[in-house]
Amino acid sequence: MQGMMTVFYKELADHFNSWRGIILFITVLLVSIFATIGPSGALENIRAQLETPVQYGAGQYAFLYLFTTSGEDLPSFLWFITRFLVPIVGIVLGLDAINGEKNSGTLSRLLAQPIYRDAVINGKFLAGVVTIAIMLTTTILIISAIGFNVLGIAPSSEEIARLLLFWGTSILYGAFWLGLAMLFSVYFRPVATSAISSLGIWMFFSFFMSMAARLTANMLAPMSQTPTTPELLKNVGVQITASRFSPIMLFGEASTVLLAPGERTAAEMLQLYHASGARWMPGPLTLGQTLLTIWPHLATIGGLTALLFAISYIRFMREEIRST
Amino acid sequence: MAKQLVVQTVNLTKNYDKTTVVDRLNLRIEEGDIFGFLGPNGAGKTTTILMLLGLTEPTSGTAHIYGYNSTREPLKVKRITGYVPERVGFYDDLTASYNLAYTARLNGLPEELVIKRVGESLDIVGLSPVAEQRVGEFSRGMKQRLAIADILVKTPKVAILDEPTSGIDPEGIVQMLDMIAEIAKERNMTIIMCSHQLYQVQRICNRVGMLVNGKLVIEGLLDQLGREALGGGRVRIEIKLAKTTSKLVDCVKRIKGVVSVERSGDLLLITCQDDLRAKIAKAIVDANGLLIEMKIQKYALEDIYRKYFREA
Repeated sequence: MQGMMTVFYKELADHFNSWRGIILFITVLLVSIFATIGPSGALENIRAQLETPVQYGAGQYAFLYLFTTSGEDLPSFLWFITRFLVPIVGIVLGLDAINGEKNSGTLSRLLAQPIYRDAVINGKFLAGVVTIAIMLTTTILIISAIGFNVLGIAPSSEEIARLLLFWGTSILYGAFWLGLAMLFSVYFRPVATSAISSLGIWMFFSFFMSMAARLTANMLAPMSQTPTTPELLKNVGVQITASRFSPIMLFGEASTVLLAPGERTAAEMLQLYHASGARWMPGPLTLGQTLLTIWPHLATIGGLTALLFAISYIRFMREEIRST
Repeated sequence: MAKQLVVQTVNLTKNYDKTTVVDRLNLRIEEGDIFGFLGPNGAGKTTTILMLLGLTEPTSGTAHIYGYNSTREPLKVKRITGYVPERVGFYDDLTASYNLAYTARLNGLPEELVIKRVGESLDIVGLSPVAEQRVGEFSRGMKQRLAIADILVKTPKVAILDEPTSGIDPEGIVQMLDMIAEIAKERNMTIIMCSHQLYQVQRICNRVGMLVNGKLVIEGLLDQLGREALGGGRVRIEIKLAKTTSKLVDCVKRIKGVVSVERSGDLLLITCQDDLRAKIAKAIVDANGLLIEMKIQKYALEDIYRKYFREA
C-alpha cells in the first residue's frame, strides 16, 4: 500500500510538472472555454434559448445548456469532451506508462525496491485517473462560473446532481482510454508503437464507427427503395446496436441523456417506441428515469475499463524482467 | 568461526525457450566479500542476478540471500539488497535529489530521514553541487555515481552492481572502483560486481567467480585461483643473485617444500608448494650468497580468464 501511494504521488506530481501535462491541461481548458463562450456564438444561442418560451419543461435545465449548446462554427463542450478531450487526455497520460520506464532503464531499478510489482501499475493507473478527475473538475467549475457570471443563472439541485453524475461518468470514460493506452504500453516496447495503437483505435471509433455501423445495418437489415416503417426501424435498430460497440457512442448517449434530458437520442426514441408505441414522449426524463436509461452504458464502460486494466495487470505481473 | 553466508544458490537453472542460460549454478558468497562476477557477454551473469533479486523466476533450483528465498520472499530480499542494473536509468526530468528521494520513499523511510539520507549519499559520491539539477543533464559517469548514491540511500547489506563502470573514462573508473571498495569496507557491505573487465575486478575484488555459458567454471579467492589454475597449485619464485654457484643452488634445493630449481645464468627459477620467500632469502644469506632481487610470480586474472575461456 505504501509502495503504491509513493508511486501514485510521484506520478501525479509528474503529470502536473511535466510539459506534457501542462500543455494537456491548457489545451483542455482553452478548448472547453472557447467552445462555451468563445467567438463561436454558443452564448448567444443559449441566450436565445432562454428567451424562447419553455417547451415541454426543457427550460428548467437552462444551466446545463452551457455544456451542450454549440455555436455557429464550433461544436459544443460536450462534443469536444466526448470525441476529443477525454480520449486524448487518457491516451496521452497512459501511452508510455510502462514501456517508458523500460526504455529509460528505470523499471528494473524500480522493481528492485521492496514494493510489490502491482504497486507500480496500480499507482500509475490511479494517478492517471486522479489527473483526469482534476482536469475535468477544473473545467466544469470554470464553465459553471462563466454561467453564473455571464448569464446570471444558477443551477438547480437537480442540475447539480446531473452535473455530478456527468462528472463521474466522464472520469470513468477517461479511465477507459487510460486503460487502453496502458495496455499497449505493457505490450509494446517502443513508445511510438503503443501511442499509434491507442490513437488508431480512438480514430476508428471517432471517425469511422458510424460508417461501419451504417454498413452493418444495411447488410443485416437492408432497406428497399421506399422503406416501410418496420424496415426503417429495424435498420436503425441494428445501426444503433452496432455503434454501441464504440465507447464513444456509449459515453455520448449517456452524457446527452444526463445533460440534455429534454432532448431525445435516436436510441431513446426507438426504445420508447418499442416500450409504449408512442412516437414522442413529451417532457424531459426525470433523474430516476435518466439513471435507468444510462445504467447499462455506465456498466459497459466500467466493465470495458476493468477488462483492459485486468489484461494489462496480468501481463505486467507475469512479465519476465530480461537482461536486455 | 565461519562467516555468515550472504548469497547461496543451489542448482540454480534458467532456461529461455530450451536454451539454458544458467546451468545448475552453485554460488556461495560470504559476508564482507567483494565478489567479482566474471564472464563474457551473454554468459548468464545478469540472468543470475535477476534471479537473486526475485525479478525472474528460476526454472529450477533455489537462490537465497541472507537465508531469504529470492523467489518466495522477494520483498525481504529487496529490502536488504541494493541493485544497480547495467545501463542504469533515472527519471531525466527530475532532479538528482528527487530521484534518490523516490528510492528512499519506496523503501519506506520516514520523511524526515529521506532528506538527510539523500544529502549524505550525494555527498559521498561527490554530487551535492548538482543535487538540484535535472538528471537529464548528467554525463554517463555522473549517472553511474548517482547509481551508487541510489544504493547508499537504501543502506543495504548486499549491493549488486552490474557493470558499474561501463561508459566511464579510465580515471573515472579508478575513482569509481576505489569508492565502491571504500564504501564496502566502511559499511561492511557485501558487494557483488559483475564485469567483463578483468583489471577492474582484480583491483578491488577478493573473490571471483567466472561464468561461461551459464556454468561456474571457477570460483575462489583471487590469489589461490591463480596458483591452482596455472601453477598446478604451486608458487614460482624468481631470484637474481650476484654470482650463482652450484652450492647455493643445492642449499635452496634442500629447503623443505621446494619442488624444483631451474638455473639460467644468474637467475634461479624456484617452484615450491608455498610462498617460501623468507626461507629462501635466509638460506642464501646464510650460505654467504648475494641476493639482488627476488620476485614472486603473480598470476594475472587475465591468464586465468584466457585459460578457462579457451577451455569453454
